[in-house]
Amino acid sequence: MALSSDTDASSPKFLRGKYAICGVGETTYRRGSEESTRNLATWAINNALADAGMEADDIDGMLNYSGNDSVFAPQVANDLGIRLNFYMDVHGGGSSTEALIGIAIGVIEAGMCKAVVIYRSMNGYTQVRIGGTGARSAVPIVGDQIHHRGYGWQSAGQMFAPTFLRHMYDYGTTPEQVAHVKVAHSKHASNNPKAYYKSRYTVEDVVNSRIICKPLHLLDCCVETDNATAIIVTRLDRARDCKNPPAVIQSVVGRCCKPRGDIHLHYQHGPISTVAGHYAKDILFTNAGVGPEDIDVTGSYDAFTFTTMLQLEDYGFCKKGEGGDYVSSGAIELGGRRPNNTSGGHLCEGYTHGMNMVIENVRQLRNDADDCCPIGLDGKRQHTYDYSEGGCRQVKNVEMTANLGWAHPGAASSMIMAKDAR
Amino acid sequence: MPIQGEYMGMMLTIDDVDKENREFFRHCAEGTFHLQKGKESGLLRYPPTTACPWTRDREYEWVPVEGKGTVHSYGEVHHPIQPAFREKVPYLILVVDLDTQKGEPTEHEALRVAGNLLTADGEFAPPEMIKQVGIGTRVRMVFSEVANGFALPHWTIDEDAEQPESPWRYPQE
Repeated sequence: MALSSDTDASSPKFLRGKYAICGVGETTYRRGSEESTRNLATWAINNALADAGMEADDIDGMLNYSGNDSVFAPQVANDLGIRLNFYMDVHGGGSSTEALIGIAIGVIEAGMCKAVVIYRSMNGYTQVRIGGTGARSAVPIVGDQIHHRGYGWQSAGQMFAPTFLRHMYDYGTTPEQVAHVKVAHSKHASNNPKAYYKSRYTVEDVVNSRIICKPLHLLDCCVETDNATAIIVTRLDRARDCKNPPAVIQSVVGRCCKPRGDIHLHYQHGPISTVAGHYAKDILFTNAGVGPEDIDVTGSYDAFTFTTMLQLEDYGFCKKGEGGDYVSSGAIELGGRRPNNTSGGHLCEGYTHGMNMVIENVRQLRNDADDCCPIGLDGKRQHTYDYSEGGCRQVKNVEMTANLGWAHPGAASSMIMAKDAR
Repeated sequence: MPIQGEYMGMMLTIDDVDKENREFFRHCAEGTFHLQKGKESGLLRYPPTTACPWTRDREYEWVPVEGKGTVHSYGEVHHPIQPAFREKVPYLILVVDLDTQKGEPTEHEALRVAGNLLTADGEFAPPEMIKQVGIGTRVRMVFSEVANGFALPHWTIDEDAEQPESPWRYPQE
């Protein structure tokens, strides 16, 4: 039985431009939060509500993603006195944020609720370490896990390494080219008072840092931090009543997979130097009705420097195989053609499994990046567009952003947001 | 009863209902690598699964497969995550294209079988051996016993094969 294809992406059912993110919030990004994930979650959600100018009664939906390391939605909602008409706790890490935004749109559209808070709360350093040491490496090895953990093949860096090395082999990508991702994100973080790591790094710093798992040096890897992040999704007409300008959702994809996934992620189906963004891009750009050239700021996931590069390439921001050239060209830095992760991302700001990158793009679209610029009489930052250390990180004239989430080489989620045209 | 065994100080367990993994590792313990062959498609698959990824067919038979291939890519671990591997660094995780069914059923597909690089005697490869191995190296399978009826497949350099002059390795040694 062949199903009819849905090729007219401009039709109303694709909901382009009908939903928005109306509030964003986070805790501090720390190591040693000394707070429960429950406490972190209520803290971040309260900040998102304040940002939106909403009260508990304005929220009736809640989504959360985690991996045996966090608090469930009903408990958080109860603490905050939020009565829910919809909630769901989803298993997952990276690539969840954009996919859950899609779910939120779907349930609001179905009439199940009117505004959804999505949060991710984690003690990724103090409790369940994201790098896989401690509690994660002590989990018993059962069944399918024997095929990887039995080989000392467990952490994200270890699992992705064959993908990254094969890209170097297939296309001549060099460690120095990819190190520019850390250089760019650290430059951005130096203008972000919230960032856990605020120092700027050079290519030499990256390639001279110790090897963790080839091709990854210490500084090719993200930071482990303790934090919670939250965003609020609602219909655009409701979002327009909120305190800050809405970030209008143009399209969402996720979690979109490569063919033949398995316990080893994606190695049975090559080329293994191609990642799931290759498949996600056809939904992302088609449903938004735009192309990569229309995007002003990207938020390509940076669990590792290589991750950012691979996704920018497979989503078509450069030609296949030219990711190394693209990320080392200056294009992804503040002041460049299309800056990536202007908050410093997972490499520098803090690790949130993707949500801080969405929050950052919302602020970029509002022209209100919380950088080191002075605050004017109107309560808004007076951006200088001077990107030197300790300065501005707002990009000029941001009309449209793309977030490119990543679970692993075989699974992706993504989203395009735009400024409110009204 | 689950099958259990201690391997490098790690307890590895296969539940009794996990028929696919039980058979896979049992064949390894008998010293011949076997994979599931889908009844409808006639195609081999790895790692073990419950259905054929090309036809959804749930019927299969275990068939012997030659444990020879070429390194497709790898990871070289210098900072261990699991405590059991602390004494083993640096060690290689290999993703090996089996000669059997390479490029089938589509150009970029292959049976890519994981394992560590071991010596022919089954020890973790020393640093000088690791430096000989990269993308393109010809390898053959060896097995490490975990328990009675339970062994893991691994890889070692195929001494009888013609090797590439210099297999591709990450530029920083």
